[in-house]
Amino acid sequence: MPETTYLDASELMINMGPQHPATHGVLRVKLKLDGERVLGSECVIGYLHRGVEKIAENRTYAQFAPYTDRMDYVAAVTNGMGYVEAVEKLLAVEVPPRAQYTRMVLAELQRLASHLLWLGTHALDLGAMTPVFYTFREREEILKIFEKYCGARLTTHAFRIGGLQYDLYDGLEQDCLKFCEYLLPKIDEYEQLLTKNRIWINRTRGVGVLSAADAIAYGVTGPVLRGSGIKWDIRKVQPYEAYDKVEFDVPTGEHGDTYDRYIVRIQEMRQSVRIIRQCVERLAPGPIFGKVGKVIKPPAGEVYHSIEAPKGELGYFVVSDGTVNPYRVRVRPPSFVNLQALDIMIRGHLVADVVAVIGTLDIVLGEVDR
Amino acid sequence: MDALQKAFPGAIQEAVVFRKMPSITVAKESLLALCHFLRSEEGGAYTLLTDETAVDYPKREKRFDIVYHLYSFERNDRLRLKVLVAAAEPLPSVTEVWPAANWLEREVYDMFGVVYEGHPDLKRILLPDEWIGHPLRKDYDILRQDAAWVKSNLGIESGQ
Repeated sequence: MPETTYLDASELMINMGPQHPATHGVLRVKLKLDGERVLGSECVIGYLHRGVEKIAENRTYAQFAPYTDRMDYVAAVTNGMGYVEAVEKLLAVEVPPRAQYTRMVLAELQRLASHLLWLGTHALDLGAMTPVFYTFREREEILKIFEKYCGARLTTHAFRIGGLQYDLYDGLEQDCLKFCEYLLPKIDEYEQLLTKNRIWINRTRGVGVLSAADAIAYGVTGPVLRGSGIKWDIRKVQPYEAYDKVEFDVPTGEHGDTYDRYIVRIQEMRQSVRIIRQCVERLAPGPIFGKVGKVIKPPAGEVYHSIEAPKGELGYFVVSDGTVNPYRVRVRPPSFVNLQALDIMIRGHLVADVVAVIGTLDIVLGEVDR
Repeated sequence: MDALQKAFPGAIQEAVVFRKMPSITVAKESLLALCHFLRSEEGGAYTLLTDETAVDYPKREKRFDIVYHLYSFERNDRLRLKVLVAAAEPLPSVTEVWPAANWLEREVYDMFGVVYEGHPDLKRILLPDEWIGHPLRKDYDILRQDAAWVKSNLGIESGQ
């Protein structure tokens, strides 16, 4: 028999998840509570582990590419992009400009789709019901473009090692420009709903504060790091594809709280629109495939390549032993590393704020667990 | 690089550059001191531990490559650090240098069975705690699984 009953206990352990709508998948958080305040927490993950890295060792380089789509399944395009670029780096292959700009257009559309999904669900978690309907309506337009381009809406497998499988369909440029035209006023609309909304401000200001020093110590990247005031975006500091040839700004926050991260992502959506417009302008006719043989057999060696995925730094560490199968593929997922900071962000806050912080970290469990 | 050689004579076993990325193999004994140095200002301020992982070469005497990817905001530079360890050989944890290593080292422990010394909470992270075996080792077949665990927890003969 326990000496004290639960009602007398000053500290209480509760489980949040794995079946909980606000954990965005199958995340389980063990919370230690004092009343409604969080004293500490521990994440239990792995419910969606599929052994993606093991699968890679048993597939050829080209065969593994579709598997990458299934990690961050709401941003499949950028996942695939990171992988094919890593293998291209290993092969030392140049990708023609038309393929580069197409990749950038689709990657930025994917960033928009990912941020729209984040905004809708994050607001829904905090009790704002309206935005989710709007953001999914806009996201649908992006998925339609993907579908017209490669036949798939979510797990697109849009790119191949060396370039593109498909050239653009007639009218993709117009579709993209029309969508940009359509989206910008919609972003203003979301801001009207939330940015100065008193309930929204009360729920997000000062919640889940992450200082710049803590963010770096815990390896946090992406919008979360920028929300803490560090101007760091891989597209700017170590450009890949043709990101060094387009103009865009890197928005940052000041306080590192949930509200700042919201502002950062909203601003990023506007910058993505800017990038898409510039890329579409430069889509000149030309080849879409670099010099890659039918059999992909890279020289022995190791490369690490990372891109700015919607959620942060997505890195691929590929080790080749000179055969047709990768010897080892390590995926450095942004969600997994960012989730580590959850514990220090929610200490001292209320249980309801845990939901806000999980939302603001923008995690996808398919990527955390791989 | 020269500063590293000077500060840690004999610690650097190999230094190569492949596809513009420098990679340094260091002795296990000097790993912690070297990491502290790299994180400091004079060492290049590699304040961000991007990734830590392992690669298994079962035929070697020291079968695991433990691979660290570091990033310096000041220099805008990436550096790969490697340490070689044998199967049951403990390795100092770098969590005291970069707290980000916590989960990354737990994953390496989970997938490869590499044991870290000084890690605050070394246990499995992706697989269930009671699971037997380390799946990313090369001698762990892709179809293999912990049949006893699967049977007692999922109530099925095989997950395949």
